Amino acid sequence: MAGEHRNAKNATSRRGFLRTAVAAGGAGALIGPAAAAGNHANEPPNVPDWTRMLGDGVAVRKYGKPSKHEANVIRRDVAWLTATPQSSVSFTPLHELDGIITPNGLCFERHHAGIAEVDPADYRLILHGLVDKPLIFTLDDIKRMPRVNRACFCECAANSGMEWHGAQLNGVQFTHGMVHCVMYTGVPLKILLDEAGLKPNAKWLLLEGGDAAAMTRSLPLAKALEDCLVAYRMNGEMLYPENGYPVRMVIPGWEANMWVKWLRRIEVGDEPWQQREETSKYTDLLENGIARRFTFVMDAKSVITNPSPQSPLDHKAGFTVLSGLAWSGRGKIARVDVSLDGGRNWRSARIDGPLWDKALTRFYYEFDWDGRELLLQSRAIDETGYVQPTKDALRKHRGVNSIYHNNGIQTWYVHKNGEVENVEVS
Amino acid sequence: MSRCPSAAALAAALAAGLLGFAAAQGAAAPKSQPASQPAQAVEPAPAAKRLGIGRRATPAEIAGWDIDIRPDGQGLPPGKGTVKQGEALYLERCAACHGEFGESAGRWPILMGGAGTLASHDPVKSVGSYWPYASTLMDYIRRAMPFGNAQSLSNDELYAVTAYVLYLNDIIKDESFELNRSNFTSIKLPNQGNFVDDDRTTAEKEFWDKSPCMTNCIPGEARITGRARAIDVTPDDATAPKVE
Repeated sequence: MAGEHRNAKNATSRRGFLRTAVAAGGAGALIGPAAAAGNHANEPPNVPDWTRMLGDGVAVRKYGKPSKHEANVIRRDVAWLTATPQSSVSFTPLHELDGIITPNGLCFERHHAGIAEVDPADYRLILHGLVDKPLIFTLDDIKRMPRVNRACFCECAANSGMEWHGAQLNGVQFTHGMVHCVMYTGVPLKILLDEAGLKPNAKWLLLEGGDAAAMTRSLPLAKALEDCLVAYRMNGEMLYPENGYPVRMVIPGWEANMWVKWLRRIEVGDEPWQQREETSKYTDLLENGIARRFTFVMDAKSVITNPSPQSPLDHKAGFTVLSGLAWSGRGKIARVDVSLDGGRNWRSARIDGPLWDKALTRFYYEFDWDGRELLLQSRAIDETGYVQPTKDALRKHRGVNSIYHNNGIQTWYVHKNGEVENVEVS
Repeated sequence: MSRCPSAAALAAALAAGLLGFAAAQGAAAPKSQPASQPAQAVEPAPAAKRLGIGRRATPAEIAGWDIDIRPDGQGLPPGKGTVKQGEALYLERCAACHGEFGESAGRWPILMGGAGTLASHDPVKSVGSYWPYASTLMDYIRRAMPFGNAQSLSNDELYAVTAYVLYLNDIIKDESFELNRSNFTSIKLPNQGNFVDDDRTTAEKEFWDKSPCMTNCIPGEARITGRARAIDVTPDDATAPKVE
């Protein structure tokens, strides 16, 4: 179709513009959004084909997909990060999304031994250890139990982990894309534990996945009883295989590594198991060689998703909406501040949409851009009074070797021509 | 098909602790959206009652999946293996990724070396330099190794390979040493004492700030001190996954 051809051409020329812009500013690569320019044949007073001819009927698209013009809205990986794609990560394209709910097909992936393709008919969950009656559940058993719905963010402890030494990846998808937020449906873990009956000396649980790494984490019993879910649906649908189909753990506010996917076993014990993922990994090595362990909570964090390196400002100046996400593992977001000058002056952003406990929270800041260069930052404050620190403030406490839990303030440098790059400022 | 829970089942669930959960959710609803989350009717909680869902797991079923090993030795399987036996196995099934001496091939995890580097600018976090417990090593080999052929080692092979990796780290010094269920907990790793429980709420107390600065917070104009572009490691479209 003519329109398609024109769009593709425009997309190419736009990318060409971005390449030129990048070359002028230094080495690097940008992934531009879909072309915005159109085809005059489709614009008034002309009448486009889609207004004159019949389109697909119902149920031609038995499972709907985004428009073909949105083909750029995909998860991406960073090939050099890991030795193999089976033990790796792909990132959510935060710059292509709005609101607070992540579409199921765009939730970041982190596997330790690839996706386990579990047959729901053969799915079993064993609950044993310090219980009165060890139990085994089928998927139907779990679906028969009382269930609840809850949206919460799920953030990998290593989100922004590549940025400890300085600005490294030029895109919010890569710097912050290991977070997503979906509405889970599941059974409170407490119901399963009550069903088995806890022994008085029960203090910790071991959660184990059914993947080829049999991924494990130790979970304190208090958290298990407080708000954890044994979840099987995301945004109403059954979990996707890459997100743990058919059953995963949901541990609100705590690091995603604990949200064991393809959950196959829960053991009740009296002390932590000191598994690989809570000793050699997911511990925070400090500058003095001491490491923090059991750093479960994800502290308050925010990032401006638009503009960002993959989503430049296309207009030269004028009314401009900054958009971003904020979240805290300690509760609700109380406020988000935005700076246009690298942290010298701050104004409070407007929070829009649901403001839920331990969920992504959307903020906007509208202003009249005069076309000047900007150094954009955002700063989340949660209901406990925790204020998202600068990266340098974090480094003062932890050095640069801790890999995990980097919730420092992100800076985007907006050039006069609207392109955006990941920088750090003094 | 899943069924809707009956009112009775919901009441039982509330009694079993769902109540606290539902309350937390109610609290999460924004004040500006009245009636969007009507408060759930909470009846006086009867005594906790089990749902009677699920059946008793048999000892054989549990034994087939219960593969975890704790530092105190809970979960250690029966078996034994020497460093020498482990070396042959390691070279055959592990060295391609981890290197002949545990030095790592490419980006695969390193297993040895790094003593004294944890406080440096280039810390090497190996079994010997970083890991706190030997049980973690055997547990992980048992559940996840060799990569792509998990849970394929016999218990004797498991002890042997574990012994060899400990030997590569000078934790076990004698090639003829036999690691087994009864001597396993005598193995200690040097970095065990260098872990502290999460202390962010005290150590980083300054991040809780009642009135964060809003104007003229830092003197002078901001200066760019680092740029991702200078490093040039961001993937472009050519390396992005293909979509249909």
